[in-house]
Amino acid sequence: MTVGVLALQGDFREHIAMLIEIGVNAVEVRTPEELDVVDALVIPGGESTTIGRLATIYGLIEPIRVRCDSGMPVLGTCAGMIFLASSTTEGEQPQLGVLDARVRRNAFGRQVDSFEADIEVSGFDSPMHAVFIRAPWMEKIGSDVEVLAEVTDRQGDTHPVLVRQGRILATSFHPELVGDTRLHEMLVALIDEA
Amino acid sequence: MANTAPDIGTDKVKRGLADMLKGGVIMDVVSAEQAKIAEAAGACAVMALERVPADIRAHGGVARMADPARVEEIIADVSIPVMAKSRIGHFVEAQVLQSLGVDYIDESEVLTPVDTNHIDKHEFTVPFVCGAKDLGEALRRIGEGAAMIRTKGEPGTGDVVEAVRHMRKMNAQIAWLTTVGPNEMMNAAKELGAPFDLVKEIAATGKLPVVNFAAGGIATPADAALMMQLGCDGVFVGSGVFKSDNPDVRARAIVEATTFYKDPEKIGRVSRNLGEAMVGINMDELPTAEMMQNRGS
Repeated sequence: MTVGVLALQGDFREHIAMLIEIGVNAVEVRTPEELDVVDALVIPGGESTTIGRLATIYGLIEPIRVRCDSGMPVLGTCAGMIFLASSTTEGEQPQLGVLDARVRRNAFGRQVDSFEADIEVSGFDSPMHAVFIRAPWMEKIGSDVEVLAEVTDRQGDTHPVLVRQGRILATSFHPELVGDTRLHEMLVALIDEA
Repeated sequence: MANTAPDIGTDKVKRGLADMLKGGVIMDVVSAEQAKIAEAAGACAVMALERVPADIRAHGGVARMADPARVEEIIADVSIPVMAKSRIGHFVEAQVLQSLGVDYIDESEVLTPVDTNHIDKHEFTVPFVCGAKDLGEALRRIGEGAAMIRTKGEPGTGDVVEAVRHMRKMNAQIAWLTTVGPNEMMNAAKELGAPFDLVKEIAATGKLPVVNFAAGGIATPADAALMMQLGCDGVFVGSGVFKSDNPDVRARAIVEATTFYKDPEKIGRVSRNLGEAMVGINMDELPTAEMMQNRGS
């Protein structure tokens, strides 16, 4: 079993380290050929516009979309979530459109508003310590999208920050920065189900 | 769902943004128009400036923080993180930049220093990046609260030799520290001029606790890939993009070379027909007094 981490830009090394920690063979993915051999894919944090542009140039958008449609498990964190989603509130940028959600980028504010907090996740015994960095949240999610965690903003409104749609997992925050492997384990469990 | 109160401005959050910039290119821009070109080319962040380092060199005089109106314009026009430079030790410029909402402050030797003391960066919510020529300097800056390090190189020259020298020196010193025994550790800290706890930490982990980018003199896709192969986490391109013939195409090429830094064929392909790189200054011809890297230490 091999899990790929999209390695165009961002904190892909942290994801590789998490996967190795749970005993999985992890490889960097930068080309369609490298995508062919993986059983699941992680799309890391980074800059979604940078990742989207490189994915477009190197012909990765369609192959990833096809794999997702045929049931490959995928986990996207932060920029990865934006890349998976169908649209953003800000306008056009390259996206896979496999996650039925509209995403608001930098939803919590600029870097001075970046934060960490413990959040409850449905199905987990204990909270996750979540790091939100210029983080997005999800708006207008589809009926197939299950919300696993949400966060309340300063206005008192709640927003989904961890969702699942079939074999797609997406988070606004960065489990890879705190060494919490539970979502990576969930991703690997989805391969076994496939 | 119950959530704990959010913590802002923590080391985790400050260092975390630098983690998200890894494998990317941060480009100097002097206008919203340039910032948009950089964003479209795939820059992972921009550095908002009054003048790029090559022009600061040519202009002479005192170089200060950029006009806040310029910084605000750039913040309004791009969705990627915006950095801005303060003078070394000028904590009020840093306070102003934080209030404008910049995402990272570069306490930079490119501007004219105002103090031999650097800014106490722990006092701020916004994270800081600082330049370093060697490990001791990097650890002093981290001790002051820097959440990201970059090589100093020699800004505004288009000559990458100094960035290479600084990166090699840092790598060699980190490798050496991992061989230092417990009874030699205090002496090692003394030699490096670095905080003891950080020296102990590096000796144990064999790496810096923060992200380390290359900066200073990077002008071509091959320069960027060279710095990546030497172990940098990403690159800053200052004058190299917008002082060249064809900024848009060169910016794209440097971004691609940074991602595919281990693939000479791809680096060769993106390096074709880029036009003239920035003219540059050979380091051997630059008088010591004009070196920016010796400002702050």
